[in-house]
Amino acid sequence: MAEVLVLVELNPAAGGPRKTTLEALTAARALGEPSAVVIGAPGTAAGVKDALAEYGAGKVYVAESPEIEEYLVAPKAEVLAQLVASVSPAAVVIPSSPEGKEIAGRLAIKTGSGFLTDVTEIHPDGTATQVAFAGATIVHSQVTVGTPIYTLRGNSVTPEPAPAAGAEETVQVTISEAAKATRVVDRVVEQKSSRPELTEASIVVSGGRGVASAENFAVIEGLADSLGAAVGASRAAVDSGFYPHSFQVGQTGKTVSPQLYIAVGISGAIQHRAGMQTSKTIVAVNKDPEAPIFELADFGVVGDLNTVVPAATQQITARKA
Amino acid sequence: MNIVVLVKQVPDSGSERKLDPQDNTVARATADNVINEMDEYAIEEALTVKEAQGGEVTILTVGPDTATDAIRKALSMGADKAVHVSDPAIHGACAPQTSAIIAAALGQLDYDLVLCGAESTDGQVSVMPALLSERLGIPQLSGARKLTIEGGTAKIERQTDGGYWALEAPLPAVVSTWDTINEPRYPSFKGIMAAKKKPVQNLTLADLGIDPASVGLATATSKVVDFAGRPPKGEGVKVTDEGDGADKLVGYLAAQKIV
Ligand SMILES: Cc1cc2nc3c(=O)[nH]c(=O)nc-3n(C[C@H](O)[C@H](O)[C@H](O)COP(=O)(O)OP(=O)(O)OC[C@H]3O[C@@H](n4cnc5c(N)ncnc54)[C@H](O)[C@@H]3O)c2cc1C
Ligand SMILES: Nc1ncnc2c1ncn2[C@@H]1O[C@H](COP(=O)(O)O)[C@@H](O)[C@H]1O
Repeated sequence: MAEVLVLVELNPAAGGPRKTTLEALTAARALGEPSAVVIGAPGTAAGVKDALAEYGAGKVYVAESPEIEEYLVAPKAEVLAQLVASVSPAAVVIPSSPEGKEIAGRLAIKTGSGFLTDVTEIHPDGTATQVAFAGATIVHSQVTVGTPIYTLRGNSVTPEPAPAAGAEETVQVTISEAAKATRVVDRVVEQKSSRPELTEASIVVSGGRGVASAENFAVIEGLADSLGAAVGASRAAVDSGFYPHSFQVGQTGKTVSPQLYIAVGISGAIQHRAGMQTSKTIVAVNKDPEAPIFELADFGVVGDLNTVVPAATQQITARKA
Repeated sequence: MNIVVLVKQVPDSGSERKLDPQDNTVARATADNVINEMDEYAIEEALTVKEAQGGEVTILTVGPDTATDAIRKALSMGADKAVHVSDPAIHGACAPQTSAIIAAALGQLDYDLVLCGAESTDGQVSVMPALLSERLGIPQLSGARKLTIEGGTAKIERQTDGGYWALEAPLPAVVSTWDTINEPRYPSFKGIMAAKKKPVQNLTLADLGIDPASVGLATATSKVVDFAGRPPKGEGVKVTDEGDGADKLVGYLAAQKIV
């Protein structure tokens, strides 16, 4: 069976691979047998190998070097390109983070290939599905040159176990001087959240300008915590200083595709829809019955969020107790 | 400090955008075209660096003739001049091809810094800095929420989930900017008038020494096979809160087996 390289993205906070990696291993199986590629500091592979094998990795290529994390993106693209040259895979699948997309782009230039970013499904014939224009258009596309490279949008595929051998193969790492141009001097964490990561969460509760203040975002956080959900925000809420930018959902923020998206005090502008339209179920709370968010909502409540949301939170907490 | 800012014209993200069923490319001719909003942050940042350190700001655009509007907007904000690469053969180019054209045009310019937006709102690929870095062999500093130029070094804070990475690289480098980096200025009346007289150099693929057969729809490294509108969502339920909004909401979540 054809070999498909899957770049492993790690979850430094929780240890182990990110969920997007397991999704990529699952999606890659449409094209052949996935081989996971771990590129990182020495000792990186030890903590993730078992999970990779469980989700279908026949092989685990391990490329470890203390230098890899010292520079931005380029060393990983270089190692991956060397691997593509030596194993001639049928395709390469990479989780669609900012770094993942940049690695895909560099790999495409190095290998003279085409790439497709943010695909939501990979089909056995090599074509892929993408969502364009704020979710309004579903596109079916294809790489026509070289080794197809895909970046897979998070939460578009359900990870399914498919135990495989996970045979480890060590990859010699040589990083060129050119790939050492951009130095990572520091990695700074400003907010540490106990909530699930926005793009991985199965439930997201987002607040908009209607929440009216930073303090009042406690209403959104309360509902999120009762559901074990991540918190998101509209750009208007972020621009008004109610919530930090890294939680922004939409065209210039995160793209989320959870099982359930609850939009509270959000009008549903097209740029906001761009980041949440593919959610499986959409619920909206808004006091304006004409708000465009209701066009998308499976269930909408016309009402004041300050009464509806705290009451709902209380009921959910009571049910769970 | 000579700065080149990459500016793209895109269909307005607030209007209805379409693919052209003739060849499955973005329908640009019939669209409500605007400057890519994300590129205004790159222009603003370039002007800020120029104001502090002197030099010249050049706008570089690859796109059809209609893209002159986006170029004028950039010039009216305060950029000094522009280079516009336009050629019918570019129609349908993929990202790697576009990066080859931009790289060739940059090859004819004298620059210390290349600035671009974090993403184009039509394609949302977000990889131009990586592609240009790879092609030109200059460092990539992408996703900046802050930029500092000190001597021959560029430093950025690359925005990440819940924080940032501090990055640095020697100039010349290519830097992309997020909308958190600054507040783009509005063109003044004076700026708009001055923009009309600023030089715009028009280039074709031949001027850049690029074989027209190597770019465009026919040779693109990826293509859209077909597309469809998103199937309309079934009519949702909408209730009005009459003291029972929370009950109905929780009832719905329970029916969906969420709670
Ligand atoms: C290039 C570009 C990129 C953009 N990117 C993004 C993006 O990534 N993400 C994004 O979200 N936006 C983005 N926007 C902005 C977008 O166009 C909207 O301005 C924004 O989404 C509006 O946010 P909002 O719905 O919170 O605010 P508003 O549109 O002001 O809506 C607030 C809503 O709250 C309701 N409300 C008020 N009080 C209450 C109450 N007490 N109870 C219940 N409901 C109440 C109101 O009825 C209203 O519908 C972008 C815009 C551009 C031009
Ligand atoms: N055709 C183009 N002409 C000029 N700049 C471009 C072009 N395409 C992309 N860019 C620049 O690259 C950035 C990222 O675009 P993208 O990688 O397409 O999302 C944009 O914000 C622009 O600054």
